[in-house]
Amino acid sequence: MDDLSELYQDIILDHYRHPRHAGELDPCTGKAEGFNPLCGDKVTVYVRKDDGKIGAVTFVGEGCAISQASASIMTSQVEGMSASEFAEKLEEVKRMLTAEEEPEADLSVQGDLAALAGVRQFPARIKCATLAWHALEEALEGGT
Amino acid sequence: MGERKRNPWRGDFPILGTEVKGKPLVYLDNAATTQKPQVVLDRLFEFFARENANIHRGVYYLSVQATDAYDQARARVADFLNAAMPQEIVFVRGTTEAVNLVARSFAGPRLRPGDEILVTIMEHHANFVPWQLLAEETGAVLKVAPISDAGELELDAFENLFSQRTRIAAFTHVSNSLGTINPVAEMTRMAKSRGVPVVIDGAQAVGHGPVDVQAIGCDFYAFSGHKLFGPYGAGVLYGRKELLDAMPPYQTGGDMIESVSIEKTTFREAPERFEAGTPNISGAIGLAAAIEYLEKTGWKSIRAHEEDLLAYATAKIGAVPGLRIVGTAPEKVGVVSFVIDGVHPHDVGTVLDTEGVCIRAGHHCTMPLMRRLGISGTARASLSFYNTKEDIDDLVTALGKVVSIFGNAGG
Repeated sequence: MDDLSELYQDIILDHYRHPRHAGELDPCTGKAEGFNPLCGDKVTVYVRKDDGKIGAVTFVGEGCAISQASASIMTSQVEGMSASEFAEKLEEVKRMLTAEEEPEADLSVQGDLAALAGVRQFPARIKCATLAWHALEEALEGGT
Repeated sequence: MGERKRNPWRGDFPILGTEVKGKPLVYLDNAATTQKPQVVLDRLFEFFARENANIHRGVYYLSVQATDAYDQARARVADFLNAAMPQEIVFVRGTTEAVNLVARSFAGPRLRPGDEILVTIMEHHANFVPWQLLAEETGAVLKVAPISDAGELELDAFENLFSQRTRIAAFTHVSNSLGTINPVAEMTRMAKSRGVPVVIDGAQAVGHGPVDVQAIGCDFYAFSGHKLFGPYGAGVLYGRKELLDAMPPYQTGGDMIESVSIEKTTFREAPERFEAGTPNISGAIGLAAAIEYLEKTGWKSIRAHEEDLLAYATAKIGAVPGLRIVGTAPEKVGVVSFVIDGVHPHDVGTVLDTEGVCIRAGHHCTMPLMRRLGISGTARASLSFYNTKEDIDDLVTALGKVVSIFGNAGG
């Protein structure tokens, strides 16, 4: 697979076209907006904490395929995680996106998240991929 | 490669012979910055290798020479803009600094609560935000002239926005996002007939031909040298001498003073009054070399080639399925902005990048304009005289790749 087909693989395009967990969450315990002023990508993440864990998470966004697919993938993967588990996941995502070496992205272990590994070949787009993740990090801090 | 070889100017620009990720560079982001011809690079090298000294410190030969070269650069820019005299040319960092200078030094002191500043909706943030901020600070009101869906200024509406309270009109010569050429002479007449001073943002105009500030009749005209094939950090504010001389300094420090005592400082006249500290000497000299190169090349042939190329690009790009060109004014420079159904401009930019095609994607620092057009951004190909039909063909081929990647996603 060349860099481009790895970046825009079907999983990414599918999440972009058919975002999971799209929409506002009401009631929610936290919400935060991720905005990249350089390119205009925007993602608002809503979260409801339940017993200290992420009970439900949704997003509303507008932007490129990478930012929106990443938000969709994230919301599909983090439900049920505690804040510290999410923090670990976020670190894993950041490592995957900035790794110098080809990261070990394994669909069977990481699920659709592995599809984001292709972004590392496009440094200008890493911020697109992390936008929703940082927004959720903030939304979790803001909540109860 | 025939067409690229036939372009008589490409060979003057070393970067155009390079490759990106193994593909020939197709540079279509000339509205962001233009490439630099060898003669400009040589001039910079020559200056630093043999002529470098600070200016206005003239007791030794080298400094006198550098001062002369800097003065000559000013004179060449004055010629390029057809200013009445070189003293009407202030060297600044770029268009942004020029507009801020006029806003702070000229307009600020004249504004009272309820006064009005007139701009257009197609302004670059550099000619929008300084005015918006100034309005907030002074209690003045920002009036914004509308455009048509095609991206043309609505001239009648513009004229109707003038009132007894209009104190300044600031507008762009050419839209960076759409390529629209505004009728700046007519707009200036509308302002001046009501006694309203005029500032023109010329950032996107100068790369496409010389400007005659006296024929336009404006009071201020700003541009950046790096969009005129010169180095970064050397831009120009043209201002009518009598206005410049009456304006307070923008920044203060060395080189711009007449005399300093503990009690009081007096300032030199324009342009030195506005060039506090050591200016970008090499930048100004490099810019002059760029203008000299362009004059030798001949604006007439440059323009003819660009017009031909724009017509070709408009037809070819416009024929891509699902693509819509944004900005279809009859009077345009070589800018083709577009959106593709269901594909974000940044994704377009990334796909094109893998083919060695450089374009700009986003709001192009014109967020009010994008909102007016109901879009978040565009992909923008902007042309210069060293571009060829082959560049356009490569762009269109790469756009085909965008369509094939995103078209199959079942959207």
